[in-house]
Amino acid sequence: MLEVVKLECVRGDRRLISGLSFSLRQGELMHLHGHNGSGKTTLMRTICGLIQQSGGEILWNGESSRKLGEEFTRELTYIGHKNGIKDDLNGIENLQLSCRLAGMPIVRKTAWEVLERMGLRGHEDLPVRVLSQGQKRRVTLARLLLSKAPLWILDEPFTALDMAAVEFLQSIISLHVEQGGMVILTTHQEVRLTRGQVRQLRLGWKEEGDV
Amino acid sequence: MFDAFLAVMVRDLVLAMRRKTDVFSTLFFFVIVVSLFPLGIGPEMNTLRLIAPGVVWVAALLASMLALERLFAADYDDGTLEQMLLAPQPLFILVLGKVAAHWLATGLPLVLMAPLLGLQYDLSADALRILLYSLLLGTPALSLIGAIGAALTIGLRGGGVLVSLLVLPLCIPILIFGAGAVEANVSGLGEQGHIFMLGALLVLSLLLAPLATAAALRVSAE
Repeated sequence: MLEVVKLECVRGDRRLISGLSFSLRQGELMHLHGHNGSGKTTLMRTICGLIQQSGGEILWNGESSRKLGEEFTRELTYIGHKNGIKDDLNGIENLQLSCRLAGMPIVRKTAWEVLERMGLRGHEDLPVRVLSQGQKRRVTLARLLLSKAPLWILDEPFTALDMAAVEFLQSIISLHVEQGGMVILTTHQEVRLTRGQVRQLRLGWKEEGDV
Repeated sequence: MFDAFLAVMVRDLVLAMRRKTDVFSTLFFFVIVVSLFPLGIGPEMNTLRLIAPGVVWVAALLASMLALERLFAADYDDGTLEQMLLAPQPLFILVLGKVAAHWLATGLPLVLMAPLLGLQYDLSADALRILLYSLLLGTPALSLIGAIGAALTIGLRGGGVLVSLLVLPLCIPILIFGAGAVEANVSGLGEQGHIFMLGALLVLSLLLAPLATAAALRVSAE
């Protein structure tokens, strides 16, 4: 279980988030709302540990995620704005490498299969640099198919994807949640996933006309 | 843990092989700088023998600075650095893997080239051997220390110059003992003391630099 207690985040001299508390249990999906610049990405990166919070605590199963260190990052898969893949490597190499860094190496054959499921048949062994934005995103998201981490933090995962890929990604996320996983997600797109029974968290919500 | 070290090292070597310009520009910079001095100073053997260790070592120092700038910046730009920070592996191991690959790709060719360039300065075979040893011990330490500066300056504009300003002062001891070893050998004083000091500096930077680099990465990747 992930608990956020009275979290405070300051970027530069702006206080983006203050006094934020929530908890996320197994099998729950949380959809973060907020206008541009309201601190969605900051919040996600803070939970991951990429940004140091200026106050409050992030607890994983009751223990501080900062103290847990690698024990916590092992339980976490983060996909941010940047794809985190190397342009000069091909899809297979990228996928194998990120799995190896996550501590669960996969063989080439598995990587081929997963990329094929992601709809990249025929492009698996091309350098990622020659792929389109959407295809690069698919290579990045292929990690989710292999991830055994219970907590997924996905920052705008649907950008650059076509309809079929959005649909497929939604089914992966739903399956993960059904199996007892936790997901925190932002998206500006209207997707089926965010209309169902999901937790909603609104950041920096201002009155109408105040934006 | 060792697997993560290997994974990062092999990845960076493969990337270096696919983008050879970085590797070769460092090497050619070194070759050209070292070769310019005999041309500029003229064929006075005694002067050349005298300046050889200093020239080769300063050129090696500057060449290794040249390649440092991109060490972490490329990973920062495409987001792979984020993923490394979040990998369930000790960060300093990953840093060590990157530095090892960086040295193998840019430092080692330079070390191997040095004796050949030393011939232009009329160094004796014995002095060339010591030059090789001193560079072999010194350049990994330069890469390790340089990594701290590279980690501190990711995401900054004009980071390249700043890296040199930060790192060059820290490299002075290595320069002194590296060039000193060859000079001591040429003058017949015996190079052992200098070589031992270089070894000690390498061990020290091997222990401390990856930790400092890891801490610097966490700060500057925010």
